[in-house]
Amino acid sequence: MSLDLSDTNRYGDELYAALVDRRTVPNLRDRVPGLQLEDAYRIQSRMVQRRLDAGETIVGKKVGATSVAVQNLLGLYEPDFGQLLSGMQYLDGDTIELSSLIQPRAEGEVAFVLKADLAGPGITAIDVLRATDYVVPCFEIVDSRIDNWDIKVFDTVADNASCGVFVVGTEPKDPLELDLALVGMTIDVRKPGDTVGELFATGAGAAVKGSPVNSVVWLANMLAEMGTPCRAGEVILSGSLTVMAWVKEPQTITVEFGGLGSCTVTFV
Amino acid sequence: MALSASVIADLAGIIDDAQHNAAEIVKLTDAHPDMDVADGYAVQAELCRKWQADGRRLTGYKGGLTSKAKMVQMGLDTPVFGVLMGDTCVPDGDVVDMTQLIHPKVEAEIAFVTSRELSGDVSIDEVLAATEFVLPAIEVIDSRFKDFKFDVQSVIADNTSAARYVVGGSPRRPAGLDLRLLGVVMERNGELVGTAAGAAVMGHPAASVVALVKWLAGAGQALPAGSLVMTGGVTEAVAVHAGDHVTARVQNLGTVGVRFA
Repeated sequence: MSLDLSDTNRYGDELYAALVDRRTVPNLRDRVPGLQLEDAYRIQSRMVQRRLDAGETIVGKKVGATSVAVQNLLGLYEPDFGQLLSGMQYLDGDTIELSSLIQPRAEGEVAFVLKADLAGPGITAIDVLRATDYVVPCFEIVDSRIDNWDIKVFDTVADNASCGVFVVGTEPKDPLELDLALVGMTIDVRKPGDTVGELFATGAGAAVKGSPVNSVVWLANMLAEMGTPCRAGEVILSGSLTVMAWVKEPQTITVEFGGLGSCTVTFV
Repeated sequence: MALSASVIADLAGIIDDAQHNAAEIVKLTDAHPDMDVADGYAVQAELCRKWQADGRRLTGYKGGLTSKAKMVQMGLDTPVFGVLMGDTCVPDGDVVDMTQLIHPKVEAEIAFVTSRELSGDVSIDEVLAATEFVLPAIEVIDSRFKDFKFDVQSVIADNTSAARYVVGGSPRRPAGLDLRLLGVVMERNGELVGTAAGAAVMGHPAASVVALVKWLAGAGQALPAGSLVMTGGVTEAVAVHAGDHVTARVQNLGTVGVRFA
């Protein structure tokens, strides 16, 4: 039993208002009887539409819940996705005001920038590699509009997959020169005034569905079911290689990838 | 040092028997509560002397507890070290006989082979300059202590749980490699069981060699040219059982694998 359009619009509007006001709302799963995954994606569409109506454009997609650990946490057995909007995009070296976010956490990811449309169904890793213009290191700064990050699958999907903002590196690399499954990653956190950071976590590409490429394959085929292909020029965040880092205080965080360069962002 | 030479020799005998017979023992501090870290290393040194006297070859050293989390957990500010004997080297792709082990676990590592002697206080750059090649490795650890109930002193005496080691893949000179950022992926029977990067070992795998050389200097020794150094687990240790096949893939260094039967 799925929800009426008026209901999904109402929840989408509620999450949009929470985003604009930088506040959180109670999780949906406990107060929306009968909520299903397709409803959650319709709520997400409404939330995204409100941003488009306010003048933003879609610049790409994010894939979330790509590791078994996060899937267990959220109670789902496949990834999810959200839309990246023009107002979310930052570049390597940028500064982000903590007051512009609610309860941010940082994830190190490989971002794909497409040079051709990827229209499923039937997309394989070969198609993704051929359609990829370049890959770059990236931070996804996830941020939940749900109270205390108390999310399960429907809550995060409705909330645009908990996407906050994202920061992309500026040195493109050719995906044909890397084994993305084996790309290693470190995340360093440096406090204001310190000259060196502290290692927060390390990871490798295989943590993302065996390879970040597989994540983009999943996305392209999933979007085909919804009738919306990945477009040339879009950036695809393929999923976190490791656990999320809370960003509660001003700090500078750097993600570095073997063979792929680095990306740094400062929170003030 | 709290224990006498005769007690150290007795403890070395207990450890040696446990390793040889794949028999569990209780931690040494149960009978010798005064035992300290220096005593642990004295037991280990006694074992190494005995093994070499038996004609076994010392091929190098291993670091253990090399992640910051493990050092904090054990209350240490330096890793622990053990010795590697040539007869415990398992060829890449070969089989480990489970009847010779108690409750083994595996860790994916980055191993170093040195081209020059290293002694005293050395830097990461000096270690890299004295490294002939690096290669992917799997360490099979097998604590002889029942239910893994041990303390640092006992683990050191037990040669830091060293059991078997496997090296292989594509050996590479370290120049041009950023060992901090090499991705390491461990699989057991095709299932992903660990992903990490080289920096998980003390921020840089060569920092483990730096600490080893410093520790050797404290014992009046140097790390000889041609030594193998297993720098410590990049991924968390995972248990293995008969029938398992484990592989470690390391970015730019290929794959090393081992089976258990």
